[in-house]
Formats: sequence, structure tokens, C-alpha cells
Amino acid sequence: MTIPDVRVDEAGYSGTSPLLEIRDLAITFKTSTGEVQAVRNAHLTIMPGETVAIVGESGSGKSTTALAAIGLLPTNGAVSGGQILLDGEDIAHATEKRMIELRGNTIGMVPQDPMSNLNPVWKIGYQVKETLRANGRPSGPDDIAKVLAQAGLPDAHRRAKQYPHEFSGGMRQRALIAIGLSCQPRLLIADEPTSALDVTVQRQILDHLDTMTTELGTAVLLITHDLGLAAERADKVVVMYRGQVVEAGPSLELLQNPQHPYTKRLVESAPSLASRRIQVAKEQGVEASDLLAPDAEAAAADHVLEIRDLRKVYKLRQGLGKSTDFAAVDGVSFDVARGTTTAIVGESGSGKSTVAKMVLQLEKPTDGKILFDGVDTSLLKASELFKFRRRVQPIFQDPYGSLDPMYNIFRTIEEPLRVHRIGDKASREKKVRQLLDHVALPQSSMQRFPNELSGGQRQRVAIARALALDPEVIICDEAVSALDVLVQAQVLNLLADLQANLGLTYLFITHDLAVVRQIADHVCVMEKGKLVETGSTDDVFESPQQEYTKALLNAIPGAKLMLPPEVA
Amino acid sequence: MVRFILRRLLQAIPVLLGTTLLVYYMVFALPGDPIAALFGDRQPPQAVIDTLRSQYHLDEPFWVQYGLFLQNIFTFNLGNDFTGQPIAASLARVFPVTAMLAIEALAIQTVFGVGFGVFAGLRRGGWFDSTVLVASLVVIAVPTFVLGFAFQLVFGVQLGWAKPTVGANADWGNLLLPATVLGLVSFAYVLRLTRASVSESMNADYVRTATAKGLSRPRVVVAHILRNSLIPVVTFLGADLGGLMGGAIVTEAIFNVPGVGNKLYQATLRTEGPTIVSIVSVLVLVFVVANLLVDLLYAWLDPRIRYDQ
Repeated sequence: MTIPDVRVDEAGYSGTSPLLEIRDLAITFKTSTGEVQAVRNAHLTIMPGETVAIVGESGSGKSTTALAAIGLLPTNGAVSGGQILLDGEDIAHATEKRMIELRGNTIGMVPQDPMSNLNPVWKIGYQVKETLRANGRPSGPDDIAKVLAQAGLPDAHRRAKQYPHEFSGGMRQRALIAIGLSCQPRLLIADEPTSALDVTVQRQILDHLDTMTTELGTAVLLITHDLGLAAERADKVVVMYRGQVVEAGPSLELLQNPQHPYTKRLVESAPSLASRRIQVAKEQGVEASDLLAPDAEAAAADHVLEIRDLRKVYKLRQGLGKSTDFAAVDGVSFDVARGTTTAIVGESGSGKSTVAKMVLQLEKPTDGKILFDGVDTSLLKASELFKFRRRVQPIFQDPYGSLDPMYNIFRTIEEPLRVHRIGDKASREKKVRQLLDHVALPQSSMQRFPNELSGGQRQRVAIARALALDPEVIICDEAVSALDVLVQAQVLNLLADLQANLGLTYLFITHDLAVVRQIADHVCVMEKGKLVETGSTDDVFESPQQEYTKALLNAIPGAKLMLPPEVA
Repeated sequence: MVRFILRRLLQAIPVLLGTTLLVYYMVFALPGDPIAALFGDRQPPQAVIDTLRSQYHLDEPFWVQYGLFLQNIFTFNLGNDFTGQPIAASLARVFPVTAMLAIEALAIQTVFGVGFGVFAGLRRGGWFDSTVLVASLVVIAVPTFVLGFAFQLVFGVQLGWAKPTVGANADWGNLLLPATVLGLVSFAYVLRLTRASVSESMNADYVRTATAKGLSRPRVVVAHILRNSLIPVVTFLGADLGGLMGGAIVTEAIFNVPGVGNKLYQATLRTEGPTIVSIVSVLVLVFVVANLLVDLLYAWLDPRIRYDQ
């Protein structure tokens, strides 16, 4: 895509009338603490067949704006001002009856999380069928299969008879795309359609979505937190920040010449664009130590973790008492040097999380050894294991699921101290305050509960909890995958700072190569339980040896966008 | 699926042996002589007592008595009770009555509990929700015997809508009043369970997606909210069915229902081991079957649950 192309699109605006026009939109939520204005003065225009992306962090109002356009605001939210014009008709306050007419037929939606957006108790085919039927379209088995096949599901007739839990994440998202596009809507709202998927799957799905919407002439309102992805996929980008549209324009123009300070920050910290930033920094001789661990070379000899021929075999039951062996981890060996960051990269199912669980002693290895400070961890007695847990701490992926909703923040962070009988009440409270300072959370948040915090704040709490026992090694299992880019950048910088100050060692489990580029010294690439490639981050990124690694690298959204160095 | 059902039914055998052994032993250990109790204040000749004792094998040690009982069970001849009536015949009289009562109570609590629960859950915090919640709390708080007598007095005696007592001719109509009393308590629990479950599934992502597909509100509620909300309710109802079949001693006594509860109570008063254990054995089977039904319903409600793998 080149800039002149975008200009041609823009020139076309005068000719046709917009499909969707949002003018001065304001959305208010009633909460227990009063009314909160989630969106103010939002405006955007989508021409027929055009793809427009709204970019912003969570809480920026991007999803809320899109949900208002399809009349699906939560019950405590309402449009309090402005207009949503669909073909000139204001649907901001349309009746439920009118909205039911429009949904599916005229406005389709592809939701964010493929795991939770299909009803687990109905067959996939049925969920397509009811969509077709509700919108007055033929809904026979062949029609259903056709819709599913168009969304790229192979063997659609058989697949239609399966339940969601029998589908992988990527297949579920294809089913949801099939449902969203089944009635050939003129506008498709795609709310983070791929953020829950592996990069390679993400690429396939987005490519397919592109092809389909181009064929059908569907306009797409793409909601994403990933600026790289937005720039790559959309004609125009609208940047939202704290409920307001702060900048809008043709994608590449906006990326190359951001005006608003927030957009500038967003461009700077977009992980998918950052790979280039590190290179530039190196070329210019600027120290990259805030991103890379210090003294990586010197510490290389001192291995805090040595993994030797690690294997984990699960028995899969096959009925009638028979079972087959499934090697989730198959002969993996690597070392982790003290004070450095090692990343294990792979798609879901590659066994990377199983390695993490075994290192944490949450799963027993079937075979192989894990040496921690030269000691075989499988030989640890219960009391020694207790001490081991003090020195090795986890940070998990889902900041929503890994914090106990019934514990306030103080209790969450204090719990490990209490369990390990460290200090008295006063000193523990002091420690918690220190930890909150460390992770840049206000001390006033101590009495709050997880559901009152944002995703980024929760992950900071999880980090503070992990740091409470002054561990030496922290295992981050997809610790930043669920976070928005800016928050992700903040958390990654925080982790890097903590590493520099406290000499921590990280084992970073992730599927996101862009993140790896920013934080890791060494990379281990896993595929189907085996270690396929390992080396320093620079080597792996600059000259990947394996096809699989190359495919992973190619799939980073925005990787092909060339940005002038002064922006990047 | 067939394998699963067979396995579950086979599991009932050790359960049956264990419970009967336990209950039989407890009855055996009860103080007092059942034969002496038969004669009340009169003192029968020792020869009569001895004859009766050996007739009912009461002079045998515990293991022999229990063995004889098991032998009876497996030959489907449960023997006679102390009044000379065949136990099988009296069970055949009381179980249908209690089964009718239980089914009627179950139907009442399911229909009203689930129905009201759905409406309350969909409009959480509304006037209907608040009213129903308070009402259900009252029902839970008032003991059955108070509720039973109150219903008997108001609907049976004063309004005359139903017969105040059931007596010998127990039919669906006569049993409606005791069934309502019996169903009311569980109705309150079913309602609260459904309500909580519905208002939780209402916020599920797939419900929003269903709406986004252009489905009408009633369709979304029935296909996507209700079915997903029923699992905890079914668990409760299954366990409750077993309880209801055990006979509601209090309710059956108030309305003079000739059911299992009544029979069990009388047999306990007379320390009639064989009768008690016979009833308990049937109840164990009922529990096993009820739980099996619940598990099968689970699999139907939630296809992620499969038993054959």
C-alpha cells in the first residue's frame, strides 16, 4: 500500500455518501460512583467498502464506540449525545426492533475472544443456522456449509456438526467470522478479531477477512490496540484516547507523521514496529540497556537454571482403557544465565507453558533434569521445595484470572510474605508499600480489589506479588500478552528496570516475537514439544535458521511496513 | 453411553450392600424387644414368644439375620412384617403414593422455580425480582410443619379448595395440597439458583454475540441464556428428587398421606428391621437412578461433558 492509493480513496469521498458517520458521539455509563462519560465528541466516517481502524488502549472507548453503532452497549450505558448515522438514518436512539432488523443483515460483528463468544452448548452449524434464519436467509445444511467454507473452514459439512470445544481457537474465530459475514452485511464491526490468537494464525485469519470483505464489498470497522496491525490492514486509522478521538487520517500518513502526543507515544512503543527501533538504536550507538539486560556477556558462565533432556508425556485416553502417549515436551535442553532474560517462543500447543510449569515444580517431568543453582530440583524434599518456591516466582498470563477476586491488593501482595513467615505485620505492610512503589502503583490502591483495577494495573499487582519474596528467577508465562501496547511497553520497561536494579533472571514464555525482540537476550524456539532453534536474540531475528522460525517472524503484524528511521 | 449407564448401575451393588448392612445393624442394635412390643401390656406365654422369635429369626446372630435378609432380597421375596403382612405388598402400596407426591412436588418447584427465576434473573433489581426474593426468603424461613398446617387450615378447611387430608384414596388431585407444601421449600432454592445462574449467563460474551447476529430477544433468552443456566438447577433437582422419594415424614403425617414416610416412621417405632431395610434398599436404588438421570441430563445440556471417552 502506498500513500497515493490512500489519497485516491480520500478523493472519492466527495462522490459517494458515507455508510456510517459518527458525529459528536457521547456515551455515558451509570456506575455506583455516579455517571462516567466513556466517550466524548467521537467522530468518524466510513465509506462503503472501506476499512477504518480505531486504535487505542483498553478503556479508551474504542470498543464502546463500536458497540454503540450496533446497539449493544451494556445495560448501564447509553448514548448521551451526538448521532450515529447509518446511510443517513440516525440509529443512536433507534428502537430495539429496528436494531434487530439491522443486526446481522446490515451490520455484522466479529467479536474479540473466540473462546467465549460461541455458545458452548450448541453445534457450530446451529449457531450459523440461527443467524441465517433470523435474517430471513436460506438456512439448509448446504447454505451453512457454504458460509463456513467461505470463512476458510475445511470440511465444512462435518465441521458444522461439531461443538465449539472441538474447535481450535483459530477455527472458532473462522466460525465467528462466518457468522459475522453470513448475511453479507454492509458494515462489519471487527472487535480485536485476532488478539487472542497465535501470530501465524492471526495472519491467516486477517488475510482471509481481507479477501472476503473485499469480495463482498463490506466496509470494516476494525478495533485494535495494535497500531502496526491497524496500519497494515486499514485505509484510515482513528486514534482514541480517554474517550476522545485525538487523531484520524490515512494509515501510513498518521504512522509517519503523528501529530498528537499520544499517537507519538503509541507509534514509539508499538511492539510490532519496535524491532526496527532497537536496530536503529544500535546503529546510532545509543545504549539499549534499558531494553536489554546489562552485562549479559559477563554473566554468561553462571547458569542459574540448566534444563537437561526435559520430557513430559501425557496419557491421552482413547476409550476402553486404552491410552496413547502424547509428548507435550520432548527432549528440551537449555541454560539460563543469571541476570539475563531467556525467551521460549512458540505457538499454543508447542509445549512452552509445560516447560514453565515443570521449572516451577507445578508439574513433574516424565524424564530429564532441571538443575537450579546446580541442584537437581526433583530431589528436593518438601521443606527444600518450600525454600525453592521463595527463589523462583511466576507471573501468569491472565491478570484477570490469576488474582483472587476476594483478596484486596494488600492481601494479595502480602500473602506470600505471610505464608513464608517473613516479618511482622508492620514490616510486611511497609514491604507491600515499597513493592507498590516499585511497580509504580499508588499506595492508595492497597485497599482496592482486582475488579477495580485495569488489566495493566492488575499485572503490576501480579509482578509486585512475585517480587514480594525477593526471588532470583521470575518465570513470566505470557505475562504481557493480555495487555495493551502502551501498558505492555510500560510493564516490559518495568521488568527491565527491576532486572537492572535487582539482578533478576527472567524466563519469558511468549508467542509474541515482537516482545521477545524487546526484552530477551536468548531465544529458544519451540515447535510441537521440541526445541527447534536456539541462540541469541539478534542471531535468531537476523538470520533465522529454521523455516518455522522464519514463518513466525513473517507473521508479526506490521513487519513489512517500512518506516523512515526518524519515526521508528 | 450404554457402557456408562451399565457401569453406574453396577456401582449401585456395593452401595446397596453397604447401606443395607449399616441400617440393618443399627436396627439390630436398637434397644427394646420388638416381639414384646407386639403384645403391648400383656405378657404372652414364653412358648409363644419363642415361636415368634424363631419364626422371624430374631434368635439368630446378626450375620445370620442379615444373610437371610439378603437371600430374601435376591429372591425378590421380602418376607413378612411383624403383623404377618408381606413386606413386598405394603411397599407396593406406599411407593406409588410417594412417587406421585414427589413427582407433583418436583413439577411444581421446577415450573414455578425456573419460570420465576428466569424472570427475576433477567430483570435483576426490578420490582418482580425484589418481591420474589423476599417471598422466597419467607418460604425458606418458615418450617414445613407450620406451612403444612397453615395450608391445611386455609385451603383445606376454610376455603375448601382441596381435601384437608388425603387418606386411603390418594390421587393427583388429592395430593396437590401436600405436594404444594412439599414443593414450596425447594421452589425457593430453585428460584434463587436459576436467578443467579441466569443473571450470570446474561453477561456472557456469547449472549452478546447472539444478539449481534440479529436474533430476537425471546430467542436469545431461550436458546442462549436459559439452556446454559440450567446445569446447577438440574443438579439440585436431581438430589431433591431422591430426598422427596424418601418420603416427607412431616408433610405425610400432617395430610395423612399413606406414603413411604408414614410407613418408615411406623416401622421405626416397631423396630421392624426387615421393613426399614427394604424401604431403604429401594430408596438407594432411587437415588442411584436419580443421580444417573442427572448425569445424563448434564451431557444433554452441556455437550462438553462426555462419559464414554
